[in-house]
Amino acid sequence: MAANKASRLGEETRIDKVNAELVVLTYGTIVSQLCKDFDSDYVEVNKQLDKMGYNIGLRLIEDYLAKSNTVRRCSNFKETAEMIAKVGFKIFLNITPTIANWTNDGKQFSLIFDENPFADFVELPDDGRAQDELWYSNILCGVLRGALEMVQMQVEAHFISDVLRGNDTTEMRITLIRYIDDELPPEDD
Amino acid sequence: MSYYFAIISPLDTPLFEHEFGTSKSGGDGQPRFTDQARHLNQFILHSSLDIVEELQWTNGQLYLKVIDKFFQNYISAFVTASNVKFLLLHQPTTSVPGAAAAPNTATAAASSRVNSTSVGANPTSPQTEEAIKNFMNEAYENYVKAIMSPFYKAPNMEIRSLVFRQRVAAAGRKYL
Repeated sequence: MAANKASRLGEETRIDKVNAELVVLTYGTIVSQLCKDFDSDYVEVNKQLDKMGYNIGLRLIEDYLAKSNTVRRCSNFKETAEMIAKVGFKIFLNITPTIANWTNDGKQFSLIFDENPFADFVELPDDGRAQDELWYSNILCGVLRGALEMVQMQVEAHFISDVLRGNDTTEMRITLIRYIDDELPPEDD
Repeated sequence: MSYYFAIISPLDTPLFEHEFGTSKSGGDGQPRFTDQARHLNQFILHSSLDIVEELQWTNGQLYLKVIDKFFQNYISAFVTASNVKFLLLHQPTTSVPGAAAAPNTATAAASSRVNSTSVGANPTSPQTEEAIKNFMNEAYENYVKAIMSPFYKAPNMEIRSLVFRQRVAAAGRKYL
């Protein structure tokens, strides 16, 4: 039921569109410039992308809440996953990744991207390392981490496969670490 | 029929080259250039660049058809909007003088059978022109995609993409 509600919300939310190629080229330029700046240290590039995404996520969550009219808090992490995939990704990237591979404790799941608007036309550098080290779309991990942190969820997100590397699917693993309790400021005695 | 396809940048640097043979009328898609011709092909192709540069302003078309001929080597050209040149050298094997006298009779027999009906038997016929045009357009389409990759430094970097090579080979199989 929650799933249906989420996909309906995602469909209903109207959002301005931009040309896909603009997105592809802009994001591609960022990644290739990072690779240049860090001298093809792809581990560092991944970190930087994640950091950029984190900063995007911190403010994007506000936009998301305003646009999607979801005032109610998700009752569990499964519902959160539905909202991420069917509302968040739908309104910002117009894709709906598949949710799969839940662990039994319901704290870890995968998002499988059948299409990835960032990765059109992209071929990783053929220097023999990029294929094993660079997570091209790593900015998305940061976005989720930043956005969820703003709604009291500390998560860890990373890619475990990418079609750009020659894998069959593009899969991101998301783990809930904890719900952040409202912390009281230290008492001043 | 053997083909040698090359992409030349506006600064006359070769960006990509690919050799293939005809796949029409039972051709096996393998080029039949001799080792000597392989080296010569590059010279013939590049020497036709002057003609391309003269002709490209004469009409508004990207596809310039056969623009040059050096003995049995015909050059077809296609110039993109950003002045990147696609050149295709095609060498019909029909008119090799004394094909019967060729040391390898099996090859000679195979090539004469291929040639009689293949699309390239007459390099300047409208059918061949059309086939090459289709090939060029498909190569162009894929070239545009290849240079859209953020890791490709346009316009003067060699195209090393394997996907692009496969797609050009597929276009060759399809049309030539």
